[in-house]
Amino acid sequence: MKARRKEEGRWAWRLTGLVTVCVYIFMFAPIVATVILSFNASMFGGFPMTGFSLQWYGKLMANEPVLAAFRTSLWIALVTSAVTTAIGVVTSFALVRFEFRGKQALSTLVILPALVPETILGVGLLVLIKAVDQPRTMLLLVLGHILLAVPYVVLITQARMVGIRRVYEEAALSLGASRFSSFREITLPLLIPAVVGGALLAFTISFDNTSASLFWRPAGVETMPTQILSMLKISISPEINALGTVMILVTVGIPLLGGLILQSLTRLKRRDEPKEEAR
Amino acid sequence: MKRRWTLYDPRLAWLLVAPVLLLLIFFLVLPIAVMAAYTFFTFVTAGVETSALTTANWHEFLTDSYYAGFLLKTLRVGAITALLCGVLGYFPAYFIWATTFKHKWLLLLLLIVPFWISFTIRTFSWINILGEQGVINVALLKLGIISEPLPMLYNEGAVILGMLHFLLPYMILNVYVSLEGIDRTLISAARSMGCTSAQAFREVTLPLSLPGLAAGLLLCFVLAAGSYVTPQLLGSGRDALFGNLIYDTIMSELNWPMGATLSIVLFLVLGFFAAIYTRFMGMSQIVKGLGG
Repeated sequence: MKARRKEEGRWAWRLTGLVTVCVYIFMFAPIVATVILSFNASMFGGFPMTGFSLQWYGKLMANEPVLAAFRTSLWIALVTSAVTTAIGVVTSFALVRFEFRGKQALSTLVILPALVPETILGVGLLVLIKAVDQPRTMLLLVLGHILLAVPYVVLITQARMVGIRRVYEEAALSLGASRFSSFREITLPLLIPAVVGGALLAFTISFDNTSASLFWRPAGVETMPTQILSMLKISISPEINALGTVMILVTVGIPLLGGLILQSLTRLKRRDEPKEEAR
Repeated sequence: MKRRWTLYDPRLAWLLVAPVLLLLIFFLVLPIAVMAAYTFFTFVTAGVETSALTTANWHEFLTDSYYAGFLLKTLRVGAITALLCGVLGYFPAYFIWATTFKHKWLLLLLLIVPFWISFTIRTFSWINILGEQGVINVALLKLGIISEPLPMLYNEGAVILGMLHFLLPYMILNVYVSLEGIDRTLISAARSMGCTSAQAFREVTLPLSLPGLAAGLLLCFVLAAGSYVTPQLLGSGRDALFGNLIYDTIMSELNWPMGATLSIVLFLVLGFFAAIYTRFMGMSQIVKGLGG
């Protein structure tokens, strides 16, 4: 009896493993197929593979609208990432360290942009600027992206901030440091992993954003995702597969690189720490 | 009278949160408020409306079964997607949590990688799998199992599949976070009291992981029901969801009052589900799931 039960448990575990493997395959198969197809020599964007070729990457490099959209998205994402991180860190600092009326309401309000569908946020802002008769501008698009990224940055930095004990800051203050320098010298360095993580996430959120950008972009401006969308309306060409592969390299490569740098940084620091103690 | 600043002065806190507060007011609260007002404006012709108040938009929405049909279909697709996510997402989350595999972080990293890949690219990449020249059709044709490509794209199934693809990581991470919070000694205790592993799972692990599962279900449902890109890329015209209806009403028909009405309806309906959820579960689980 006991043996049979054990056997059952083993089968359940195997089933769990099998489903897990299937889910991972499900998540990555389409992406792998796209990367493979980007090297296809065939004129059509699909299987079978007729040979290896880099021609679609060459075509892509000469495609001016795509390059323009890429530059636009890159700038928007960089600005969004920088501003959102600054705002987010300051907000988390206030939410974690201070007690003030309406704090609970504010911390709920801050994560709302992540929960309200982008279509609603998109329409809302458009209706507002139509009501006050303002045009759609680049500034509006960037501020919109900041709104979409802010919840994630606040959540990430907040989680880290909770773990930093305030006595460190207060010690610096009691030794005569100003508010600002105690924040810069004590809090910020301890917060760095969350700052880098938040900045990277904000970058990807902005670089990726599709639905809201469709509403908010100024007339004639294409971001990378909206450019892809309008290209897909015509047909799925091998060029799009190449474009997808380049985008994957950029958006996966940057965070991975950031993570590696961060890891080696903390490792370096750890190596330094014992020395300081010995002194 | 001037009060001296104290160490954790509320006034300083307000100063620090001012940027975020202004952003939220002007880009979230005010837009939704103005949109709510717009639902009572009168539509004249494409792109033109007057501020003469009317209930015509709400009347049209409530009486025309076209809109109700759209809403019901959207909720149905959202619910199916969320449930499939729950079922398919629980296994990997449990596996990652329970495995003794040394490189567990790799499995978690692989779950986060899709978040970094452009959503548009992840969605259109399904065309390379399901399309007439996709992996499945080409392979089946080569093997001689079928003589005509199967029409797998541009239907509701493809839309649900695409949404499943982008929502599964949310679900898995939510359940995983909640599993990680379980005190493992409870399970050992259950086992030592004579529970089989299945009983221990049913009586201890599963109930304790329900908050994460519920948060994941809500998140997947809301994101699926509010989606625009996936039905656009993987569905036919008949598979359009409420988000597409809103986009078309505003961007093509330029009927702003009706577009505002539809947006407010979606906001209220999804808000209703979120409110039910927070009534029972609170916000903390969602916060944990989003923040990773």
